[in-house]
Amino acid sequence: METDQLSNFYVFLLATFLGLEVIRRVSPLLHTPLMSLTNAISAITVVGSIVIAGEQRTTLSTVLGTVAVTASMINIVGGYMITYRMLKMFKKREPKH
Amino acid sequence: MNEHVIHFIYMAAAACFILALKWLSAVPTAKRGVITGILGMLLAVGGTVLAPEIRHYLWILVAFAVGGIIGVPMALMPMTAVPQRTALSHAFGALAAALVGTAEYYLDTRDVFTLTNLTHFKMGAIGLEVLLGFLTFTASLMAFGKLQEILPTRPITYKGQNIVNLSLLTAAVVVTILLILDPGKTYLFPVLMVLSLAFGVLFIIPIGGADMPTVISLLNSYAGLSASAMGFVLNNKLLIIAGALDGSSGFILSIIMCKAMNRSFTNVLFGAFGQVQAAAVAGEQKTARSAAPEEAAALLEAANSVMIVPGYGMAAAQAQHAVRELYDTLTKRGVDVKFAIHPVAGRMPGHMNVLLAEADIPYDRLLEMEDANRELPQTDVALVIGANDVTNPAARTDKSSPIYGMPILDVDKARTVMVIKRSLNPGFAGIDNELYYLDKTLMLFGDAKGFTTQLVKNLATDNGGGFH
Repeated sequence: METDQLSNFYVFLLATFLGLEVIRRVSPLLHTPLMSLTNAISAITVVGSIVIAGEQRTTLSTVLGTVAVTASMINIVGGYMITYRMLKMFKKREPKH
Repeated sequence: MNEHVIHFIYMAAAACFILALKWLSAVPTAKRGVITGILGMLLAVGGTVLAPEIRHYLWILVAFAVGGIIGVPMALMPMTAVPQRTALSHAFGALAAALVGTAEYYLDTRDVFTLTNLTHFKMGAIGLEVLLGFLTFTASLMAFGKLQEILPTRPITYKGQNIVNLSLLTAAVVVTILLILDPGKTYLFPVLMVLSLAFGVLFIIPIGGADMPTVISLLNSYAGLSASAMGFVLNNKLLIIAGALDGSSGFILSIIMCKAMNRSFTNVLFGAFGQVQAAAVAGEQKTARSAAPEEAAALLEAANSVMIVPGYGMAAAQAQHAVRELYDTLTKRGVDVKFAIHPVAGRMPGHMNVLLAEADIPYDRLLEMEDANRELPQTDVALVIGANDVTNPAARTDKSSPIYGMPILDVDKARTVMVIKRSLNPGFAGIDNELYYLDKTLMLFGDAKGFTTQLVKNLATDNGGGFH
């Protein structure tokens, strides 16, 4: 295995542990927004999709890449927007007059 | 653009994603978290679009436009539809990963020269990406179908189901291993695709509606892991990090959901909970007391503290706005109204909180299970709206009960219990709820929305000088 791939495993390991620590602290109140936000973040697949769609090496790869960019884009736009929309709904009690 | 610059842009994007999740942990900083997440995504997309290997922009722009046009309405769906929306977006995310993996495979197997790019390691990563991607794609579509009630929400089981599912998965894994040993066996790749797609469908068939919170979390995790696998294929650390964050998030949520039901992963996935489970003791006749809206409203008005316990029934009846009116009316009369939220109430993690927040109920009135249980013994009235198994005292006392050991909301410890329910039919687990037969319990038979509205009306008329 190339050393590059080995360092990728370290990155994966560390990111997983970091993710576990950070997400453990998320209040159960916000579990739905958490899921829609991580969904938007995992639309990072757009990066790989753009490369495949933009290189245009074969017709098949261009078609698959374009569909993949579309699918990722749906999650980016939809995911961030709905998360923000949900969070706007969480309000504290107005102070009594 | 210079390759090193792109690396730094990706690093900044990764930092943004981590901060986004960190800030999401509490309401005051959560919006900042979303903005940071958007910034991270803009950096990632910007850096990629400017990379030297991108030569043609037309299709990328078309895809951006189409994705945006579909994405906006998906963000504007009503909050009651959030579980199915989430399932659908898991499907899109997984599809993207699976398609990129497929494209990579066919690009590398074009001829003998390109085939040298396809190392055993890369093939393994592609295999994992495609396997997880396609199975999550169909599984999420199935989950969407069940949540949207296009498909039956009850678990569908048949003899030998677990054996069929496990052998399908084993076959997919074996094909992946064969491909890793010899990536040039192109005829095996479509087999892997079909097996993964089929497994996704069969895997969800035996899972019932009430297990959806765990399954959605698990699919969330898989979608993230397939994005991470894509990172290994493309040797891109940003993808690995973002995918791992998503993977661990889904993993934690599914563990929380399992714990809240006192069940193991394997039990959720292979147990087909809540199917026939014949009610064991059906013989003895127990009587429940019921009450009319007038009587219930009078009791609520006389109370100092009320704890409302919402469940899936409230979501299904879209009763959250009626519940808000009840909250307002009671609060105006000086009654202390709070909400007790069980972790698995509803169809996805945090479902009840979002619905109640949508109805403008302040979030500091929503209590987690432990806090609610601390307050319930001093509460005058516990009002259960559309929740069942999460309030069943048998989970604490009856060792023979299938839900024994499951953490519940101790509503039976409140001074008076009221339960809005259509009938005495048991919940998803098919278990009778002894709560309904306690002396302190009043059954309020009716639709969650209709009955709550009637309660509000009765409270309002009392105020206006009593005309009935």
